[in-house]
Amino acid sequence: MKVSAIITLKKDVLDPQGKVIHQALNGMGFDDVNEVRQGKYFEIDVKENDPKKAKEIVENMCSKLLANLVIENYKIIETQ
Amino acid sequence: MKSSVITFPGSNCDRDMDVALKKFGFKNKMIWHADVELPKSDLVVLPGGFSYGDYLRCGSMASKSKIMESVIDFAKSGGMVMGICNGFQILVETGLVPGVLLRNKYLEFICKNVFVKINDKQNKYFKNVDNEILEFHIAHNEGNYFCTEDQLKEIEDNNQIAVNYCDQNGKIDEQFNPNGSIKNIAGVFNKEKNVLGMMPHPERMIDSSLSGEDGSLFFKNLINNLK
Repeated sequence: MKVSAIITLKKDVLDPQGKVIHQALNGMGFDDVNEVRQGKYFEIDVKENDPKKAKEIVENMCSKLLANLVIENYKIIETQ
Repeated sequence: MKSSVITFPGSNCDRDMDVALKKFGFKNKMIWHADVELPKSDLVVLPGGFSYGDYLRCGSMASKSKIMESVIDFAKSGGMVMGICNGFQILVETGLVPGVLLRNKYLEFICKNVFVKINDKQNKYFKNVDNEILEFHIAHNEGNYFCTEDQLKEIEDNNQIAVNYCDQNGKIDEQFNPNGSIKNIAGVFNKEKNVLGMMPHPERMIDSSLSGEDGSLFFKNLINNLK
């Protein structure tokens, strides 16, 4: 079963890359941007076929390795 | 005094550290990351470099390697563990020292000499160092120290800030902050101060004909403090 997770920076953590992307978008003529925050996306194929259990396994992975909880949040966005 | 330097795939300051430790009297051993047992050591060093290609987050993969279980046990039992540059990034990922190291504020890889001011001398790393200000070298892309407000309060209350970026006269100000670190923090201790994480490289300042001698002061003092 495939589980997808996104990792995002917490609100009060500075995201210099997001800022530069924001500036580049402005430079290209995209004027209606309020803010850009850059994150990470993971697609993990686990052996477990029960969606609830699979989600728990990936959540555990997120908290132990994929995200650093001092600065990042994680969210499971889909299981299929 | 016995020391161990851990080499991870992608470490590149491990041999410099080996040279520095031996120059000042340590009997040093190089330990491979896949080893399980740590030899008897008075000091364990996690060197600089780009362990695991900085994949995921700098230091994150190395923090989960086999030998780190022994290093963490050693640190928790009071053993001296020092992480320099990527070693500092590995230490924050293990949770042995608080905070994280983010990408540099201006998105540039920084490679230059900096001055740091010693904030706390009640520890075996900096006790009896004559100078208050040391000139070290930095070379990093992710050295922007960050921690939560609660963590900052805690490390300030416990005097866990080891060194701050400053000018040559010891003035700590935003204009002498190379990477955007909170409060110009260049290095921190754990609560017990046996674990030190530091972005600047003392091992690059051990020869007057190459760069400078402030690293020599650091290592000479360190081995004396451990005796």
